[in-house]
Amino acid sequence: MVSPAPRIAPQEGLIDAIKVAIGKAFIEAKDAVQEISITVRREAIVDVCRTLRDEFQYQQLMEMAGVDYPGRAERFDVVYHLLSVTKNHRIRIRVTTDEDKAVPSVTGLWPVAGWLEREIFDLYGVQFDGNDDLRRILTDYGFRGHPFRKDFPLTGYVEMRYSEEQKRVVYEPVRLAQDFRDFDFMSPWEGAEYILPGDEKVEGEAPGAPTPTAAGAKPAEAKK
Amino acid sequence: MTTSNSIVGSEEELARNGGAQSEIANYTINFGPQHPAAHGVLRLVLELDGEIIERVDPHIGLLHRGTEKLCEYKTYLQALPYMDRLDYVSPMSMEHSYVLAIEKLLDLEVPLRAQYLRVFFAELTRIKNHLLNIGSHVMDVGAMTPNLWLFELREDIMNFYERASGARMHAAYFRPGGVHQDVPLKLLTDIADWLDNRLFGLFDDAISLVADNRIFKQRNVDIAIVSKEDALAWGFSGPMIRGAGIPWDIRKSQPYDVYDRMDFEIPVGTKGDCYDRMMVRVEEVRQSARIMKQCLNEMPDGPIASLDRKVVPPKRSEMKQSMEALIHHFKLYTEGFHVPAGEVYVATESPKGEFGIYIVSDGSNKPYRVKIRPTAFSHLQAMDFMSRGHMLADTTAILGAMDIVFGECDR
Repeated sequence: MVSPAPRIAPQEGLIDAIKVAIGKAFIEAKDAVQEISITVRREAIVDVCRTLRDEFQYQQLMEMAGVDYPGRAERFDVVYHLLSVTKNHRIRIRVTTDEDKAVPSVTGLWPVAGWLEREIFDLYGVQFDGNDDLRRILTDYGFRGHPFRKDFPLTGYVEMRYSEEQKRVVYEPVRLAQDFRDFDFMSPWEGAEYILPGDEKVEGEAPGAPTPTAAGAKPAEAKK
Repeated sequence: MTTSNSIVGSEEELARNGGAQSEIANYTINFGPQHPAAHGVLRLVLELDGEIIERVDPHIGLLHRGTEKLCEYKTYLQALPYMDRLDYVSPMSMEHSYVLAIEKLLDLEVPLRAQYLRVFFAELTRIKNHLLNIGSHVMDVGAMTPNLWLFELREDIMNFYERASGARMHAAYFRPGGVHQDVPLKLLTDIADWLDNRLFGLFDDAISLVADNRIFKQRNVDIAIVSKEDALAWGFSGPMIRGAGIPWDIRKSQPYDVYDRMDFEIPVGTKGDCYDRMMVRVEEVRQSARIMKQCLNEMPDGPIASLDRKVVPPKRSEMKQSMEALIHHFKLYTEGFHVPAGEVYVATESPKGEFGIYIVSDGSNKPYRVKIRPTAFSHLQAMDFMSRGHMLADTTAILGAMDIVFGECDR
């Protein structure tokens, strides 16, 4: 590794040792960029964390993150980052879930998980079974939806202003003074999702003239 | 502050006590969202028994701007200035985690001078942060003067920031691959001069007013004691975990950039109270100055950013001469660079504790997911157990010693 990122001594044979210790809960492990991530079964997360805390000396839960992959059957990842201050090592544990299946809460092991789980619940709508204080935390009082899901628009749905007539704060649907701009800078040779002018005939009929579409119109559908 | 809920005492009790006394039931008050000691927009719902705190429910998120979601819609380079706006009291430390995370995924080598410059400015940032925190903590418990003096030093640092990056606060100075631009020699000599002749004159004066002051100690010693076990279980880091007596510092244990070449000490507390946390910060200012002097002595000449033109844009003078440089410049400022697919969690020792960035990359020019690990989130959550049984007036001392900035907490 040549990058100046925090240097952590690798732990030889750690994955195998954990695999033996957690048994059936183990799904897969990855060791990339000097970081170990282990995917485990959702139902067993509490036991896995307890094993890691008590037998492998990962005393601290530093971070929990949600990640959304809308294309997957279980669309959410819940990622736990553990830190051992005695072994000076970090490890990442991952479970997958969807909107309905609750993840067992680890608040019993680390009280700090309380807010971390609340945050993931708030932003992704993941349920945590056993967290008795699952209120919204970062979004507004009375907010609807889970804003960090990939299908939630960046601009949101409502905007807020003070209404001079009503003498109170009112919520209104978002009105953009300028169209939302999401430029596509991807090179057409790698990963572009549209058809280049002139390439239409390769498959089926042409989608029309490649002129700039009207503001607000959807970009031309990519054909498979 | 507003009050709600109040008295109560049943009629029999009133009769029994002859109506002279009535029992006071728990009392709920709102601390904030706009309160000078809340250091931003924090709403604490305090449940009180008389003046004793029974429960604290912090309501955060009033400054939530969706930084992480915004980053998903920007290229890696465009997302960098958002980091400054997280903890606006120590902006360069926020950038530090972010650029290191990207460099780790790219496995990009960074020239030595750039690493020294980053450590140098990260430590300057640490001093800047601690000056503000110490000053405001002292002011929260009643002393005005140190804050004014420390703000004067902070102003000096902002000027240094401006001379290095062009901006007083939101520097956007650290870039993936190095730093944005080289610093003039005069700036380095001026900072050296400032470290030798100015910083500790004012700083020591300000601290001498409070460190052994009877009133200050009465407000801080034995307030909100945190044991080592609690500090671990609640995910503490930075001065909070060191105040509790655990010598944990990422700069030492997982060194990044050139911290492994630096010689410095880690101060730890003995009791884990507010006074310890404050004095850990005082000592860290001295250690930071020590690191900065070492940087000045050892800093080599050379490039200040990686020469990999697929990540770091070329200089303007180069663009006037070379077509290829022009192409690279254009590509980097439109498409941006691609980061290999994968995930990375990089945590650095920001002035407030462990500041982590978790990036999930799908191989494109925009991050698929950026998760920011704020320091304040776990510290503020501990507010409840730390304040229990203390007086209402201790809230400000506890909050001040936590060092919380809401830009970072709410993201």
